[in-house]
Amino acid sequence: MLTRKPYVFAVAGALMFAAAACGGSNDSSSSGSAGGGSGSITYWASNQGTSLESDKQILQPELDRFTKETGIKVNLEVVPWSDLLNRILAAATSGKGPDVVNIGNTWSASLQATGAFVPLDDTQLNALGGKARFLGPSLAATGAPGQPPVGAPLYSTAYALYYNKHMFKDAGIADPPKTWDELVADGKKLTKDGKWGLAVEGASVSENAHMIFTLGQQHGGDLFDSSGKSQFDSPANVAAVKQYLNFIASDKITNPSDAAYSNGTEALQDFIGGKAAMVMWQSASGTLKTGGMTPDDYGVAPIPLPDPSSGGKQVDSMVGGINISVFDSAANKDGALKFVKFMTSKQTQQDLNKAYGSLPTVTDAYDDPAFQTPEIKTYQQILGNTAAPLPQVANESQFETLVGNAMNQLFADAASGKPITDETVKAKLTEANQQMTN
Amino acid sequence: MVVSATSRPGGGRGSGDPGGPPPPSGAGRGRATARLSVRLRRLGLPYLLILPALLLELLVHLIPMVIGIGMSFIKLTQFFIRNWSAAPFAGWSNYHLAVDFNGPVGRALLHSFFVTVTFTVITVALSWFLGMAGAVLMQGEFRGRGFLRALFLVPYALPVYAGVITWSFLLQRESGLINHVLVDQLHLFSDKPFWLIGQNSFFSIVVVSLWRWWPFAFLVLMAGLQNIPQDLYEASSIDGAGWMRQLRSVTLPMLRPVNQVLVLVLFLWTFNDFNTPYVLFGKTAPQEADLISIHIYQSSFVTWNFGTGSAMSVLLLLFLLLVTAVYLLITSRRRSDA
Repeated sequence: MLTRKPYVFAVAGALMFAAAACGGSNDSSSSGSAGGGSGSITYWASNQGTSLESDKQILQPELDRFTKETGIKVNLEVVPWSDLLNRILAAATSGKGPDVVNIGNTWSASLQATGAFVPLDDTQLNALGGKARFLGPSLAATGAPGQPPVGAPLYSTAYALYYNKHMFKDAGIADPPKTWDELVADGKKLTKDGKWGLAVEGASVSENAHMIFTLGQQHGGDLFDSSGKSQFDSPANVAAVKQYLNFIASDKITNPSDAAYSNGTEALQDFIGGKAAMVMWQSASGTLKTGGMTPDDYGVAPIPLPDPSSGGKQVDSMVGGINISVFDSAANKDGALKFVKFMTSKQTQQDLNKAYGSLPTVTDAYDDPAFQTPEIKTYQQILGNTAAPLPQVANESQFETLVGNAMNQLFADAASGKPITDETVKAKLTEANQQMTN
Repeated sequence: MVVSATSRPGGGRGSGDPGGPPPPSGAGRGRATARLSVRLRRLGLPYLLILPALLLELLVHLIPMVIGIGMSFIKLTQFFIRNWSAAPFAGWSNYHLAVDFNGPVGRALLHSFFVTVTFTVITVALSWFLGMAGAVLMQGEFRGRGFLRALFLVPYALPVYAGVITWSFLLQRESGLINHVLVDQLHLFSDKPFWLIGQNSFFSIVVVSLWRWWPFAFLVLMAGLQNIPQDLYEASSIDGAGWMRQLRSVTLPMLRPVNQVLVLVLFLWTFNDFNTPYVLFGKTAPQEADLISIHIYQSSFVTWNFGTGSAMSVLLLLFLLLVTAVYLLITSRRRSDA
């Protein structure tokens, strides 16, 4: 009997292992939407507040209200930006993920191509109040043109110029700059005693990509031609990149140190700390408030537009924002769609955008006095008139990476005093362009 | 699989249970089968015992590798990640793209490869040298030895993220401690140098990586030194050997087997290290410090081109296999010669 024992253990071990291996897939398909069942959905929210914890506190009362109205429980997870895309990709690949997810709207077309999200047809959009209810530019950033959107706009943002009112006053500047020449001239006046005119995130791939899109438009260029082929090294884009780099290289209104700023907070910290007088940012008011700045300290103006006679487009920002999408593999698609409707309802839009300092994506939410401040009005004007969505092409994220990366290297060159010429810029952009797998 | 695994031993037990009543006829044949099954059992037992480990090994190591190799032969982009079988067959095109050194992708990969080789050679050499120096100096008894040993191991014990993110704070141009000391205190440079972008980023990654890996070399060599019999040192000192001579003729030869493994492991770990550059530089490393693990990550995850990324990974795997094989061949032959 004794000799047989190891046998039994070995077999038992192999059996347990086999059972675990086989059972694994069954288990996870039902737990994919943690909790499953008709009575609950899983929601991955993006990090909109100052921390993941603050997001939970802001979202929870709304989720409770949803549960009260519909009886559907929401399992919330706030996913940091650094992980969100990878998590979504993993969920799309495995078919096991949450029911509802927030996405950065610049990913729309890329993620649309995966087919992982439920496309919202007219019936579903009508259930949300119809297309006309949403801000046009925000709705345009929900997928490739001509295809049903793969999400509803949830929060809207745009880039604007934040300027320090006290520093402007001390330098004898009355109004925020309206042209780029004015901005550079003001910047030079403000750059003194270790303080700088303008702060940028020179090593941030996404900020760089967004700025080059905007400036490229202003120079009359496009990143992709009408057939969807990339043309990063077109003369307009070269001029745009050069203009941006020159804040460090020749205008010298930006601290060369900014070339290493990458985590999306450093330039704004310089602005809060009074080390820089201007910064181009999306919905900064929440962070500025945390940093102790009040609307008396700073003003918000649109980023300068080009002279209309120059032939450039009147674009001063990309359409920023967050969309909310339903996974095609959702265990509770009905509940998920109800949740999207709830999140885009007037009340929820008002509550959440107020808390985050972003803009509602639906027109009927603007009657709240909180959205009548000068800052919000400026943003509303930008989003309504002069913002344009980033190219809605499937390889948009490739563009952001390649161009943003090329910019990082050029910024490093500019900061270390290497010459920035049309040739050096074009060479880098051509290299990035060649790496696109069109 | 489950059914066959249970039925086989179950059947064996039925026919050969020594405790049961013997079959009415052909008792001799019954005993023979019992003996056979006992022998079979003895033979099979070891295999059965390692079966769970083998299955786990297959699951954890081999299957992902095979899948990775498979991925490198298809055009796996965002259009197909939901349904891999729909991805068009790419043949060798992903490999062509990766090794076409005239094209931009191949050129970037080659650049990254050379950066990584240089980085690895410098880091391993310095790690080994520092570890060796530390271990030899710590060999004799003195006050505070335990404390120093513990102190030297701290970088290795710290979580990577905590250690490396601290380095990235130290290396900031504007507010970092390093520039504060070098520029504000010592006035070595007139202008604050960048450490995380441009040329200097290479030195930064070498220093941080060295800081992270040398304690491992120190730990292993220290353990190796414990195994050298004290008699050898006594005998050699009677023969008049000085410290240097002892190091050359006793310590180093006795440590050869340890070194053989240590250098290989350090090489592989440093070459493949993803955490250190990722935490130090983020998703996109500066060109001068574009280590291959980050480069491949970027080529696949950030640009959603998993096929090309897999092809690069397979090439990397082949390269490391080759290096390892050649290294083991050379070092073992030298050992058997000696």
